[in-house]
Amino acid sequence: MSKGGAVAGLTERAGDRLFRYGVLCAGLAVVGLAAALALELASGSRLAWSEFGPAFLWSSSWNPVSERFGALPFLYGTLVSSALALAIAGPLGVGSAIFLAELAPRRISDACCFFIEILAAVPSVVLGLMGIFILVPGVRAVSPFLIEHLGFLPFFRGTPYGVGMLTAGLILSIMILPYITSISREVLLSVPRPLKEAALALGATRWETVRLVSLPYARSGILGAVFLALGRALGETMAVTMVIGNSPRISASLFDPAYTMAAVLANELAEATSDLHLHALMAIAGTLFMLTLGMNALARWMILGTPTARRRP
Amino acid sequence: MTHRKPLCAVALLILGLAPLRAQDLVHHDANREIVLNGGGATFSYPVLSKWFAEYQQRSPSVKINYQPIGSGGAIRQILEHTLDFAASESWLSDEQLGKLGEPLLHIPAVLGAVVPAFNLPGIPELKFTGPLLADIYLGRVARWNDPAIGKLNPGVRLPDAPIALVHRADGSGTTFCLTDYLSKTSKDWETKVGRGVALSWPSGIGAKGNQGVTAYVQQTQYSLGYLELTYALQSGLTYGSVQNRAGRFVKASAQSASDAAAATTKTMPRDYRISITDAPGVKSYPIVSFSWLLLYGKNPPDKSLALRDFLHWMIADGQKSARALNYAPLPLNIVAMVRVSIEEIR
Repeated sequence: MSKGGAVAGLTERAGDRLFRYGVLCAGLAVVGLAAALALELASGSRLAWSEFGPAFLWSSSWNPVSERFGALPFLYGTLVSSALALAIAGPLGVGSAIFLAELAPRRISDACCFFIEILAAVPSVVLGLMGIFILVPGVRAVSPFLIEHLGFLPFFRGTPYGVGMLTAGLILSIMILPYITSISREVLLSVPRPLKEAALALGATRWETVRLVSLPYARSGILGAVFLALGRALGETMAVTMVIGNSPRISASLFDPAYTMAAVLANELAEATSDLHLHALMAIAGTLFMLTLGMNALARWMILGTPTARRRP
Repeated sequence: MTHRKPLCAVALLILGLAPLRAQDLVHHDANREIVLNGGGATFSYPVLSKWFAEYQQRSPSVKINYQPIGSGGAIRQILEHTLDFAASESWLSDEQLGKLGEPLLHIPAVLGAVVPAFNLPGIPELKFTGPLLADIYLGRVARWNDPAIGKLNPGVRLPDAPIALVHRADGSGTTFCLTDYLSKTSKDWETKVGRGVALSWPSGIGAKGNQGVTAYVQQTQYSLGYLELTYALQSGLTYGSVQNRAGRFVKASAQSASDAAAATTKTMPRDYRISITDAPGVKSYPIVSFSWLLLYGKNPPDKSLALRDFLHWMIADGQKSARALNYAPLPLNIVAMVRVSIEEIR
């Protein structure tokens, strides 16, 4: 009996050790993968950096024939299309999350959330097709109206092709909306009931309770949701490529075609034969990598800076 | 001491895998299966996959893997010796061949033709010239009722609307073929833009793939784009005729593309590395290119036998199935030349 117990204890210790090494390896593998990716991007793009230097980031020519490369139009397109998507999906997502968490009956809220999560699972190429066949003709139909009435703004000028920055922003907002809504809803649902009841008992209205109790409490979580969505928008490739018009131009008008970093990689990597072209594309990939890294760092910093995060150790 | 256990686990894992690997090899040897690995162009992928399937039924011992990773990627892999053959719509430069340091054959497989497709309600036919297409893509001719278009198409009521211009956004042999033709017929195009699989477009929007261009032209009134003949025929888009070097306006078809290739036979170099756009001959369609298979001159003996057998089948029976898929077959005099070249593969 006692011998059996000792053997069991021994195997348990061995199992523990195996487990420890196993998870250690898994943890190291993640770090190693990220490091290997950064290294590969750096070594794959060295020709472009040595040829153009940091000016690569603010040069706006992209000519594979004469081999002059600059990332600015792609940086611009990526940032503006993502900002546009956040501007549309942010208020919409947080608003719908407040409705689902605070106002809607629980059964309806759960059912809606199920469909929102299905929306998040739609492959981006399917959304891109939807963009081509529904959004593009839609934008083409409403843009003359926008040009006529809002044409005094620089954002609503030019020829409405249907494809362009606005359409890309719209498709991106559809893609990131489920992330914002479903995470914000979860966070709002986790606001302790006594806090809300206390506010209501003090005579606060529904709106005041949401504004003064729920939103401040959930702020760090909602910010996290928004940044997660922004990360998705920055790196989204297929759907954007299908509707953005793929022209490396910088134009204030939202109707004009533009280009994003992820889209140019998807379009040109397979057919890049010259070394410099390939390295310039890898430099774009590296820039995108650094941009998302920077965004994530910013998100961490902002979330840590919120009062709730400081309250909760 | 604590380090020994994980090492043991790794060793066990390797030992566990080893017998599997050996079994695999034995299995292959017993069947005498020959595996050919290829990759490359997406343009010729439909006909290539049909060929490989048909050929495998005929010769079950040869297994051909093909991945449509794009000509650029395939050329890079050929230079690194990781493929047995590549399919490409552009040829290797002398510099690239020098880097490879061994003979590499370019064998024509099929022909591609590029057509200007447009969406103008009520207008079934338009005539274009090389310089006109160049001016449109340079952004100089930006409206449909421009006199430059009207002069070529008397009697056609052209709309007073901007041309919604579209080009390929992804690097592509289709783009190379068109811009090679534009460079030959327009000095301005050659100096300002040039030829390439991807380039800096002065105007228009970029769509991804032949399908992307097709969808855009189909949906957008007053649009103009260029695409492979096969895609225009499949989608039923209207496309214009283009003036050839002899001055005739020729509409693209499998026949007029084959005629163009036939007209270049006399000047055809033995390695086939030549652009056949703007070909002579009254029946030739001017925007045509070969789609090549790139093969090493020296191969392992079993592979070289299989490759030669496949290529002989491809230029004979294979051309018929190409025609069924709307690809232009190689003209007979080119087939005769290629038959000799195939024997150079060892």
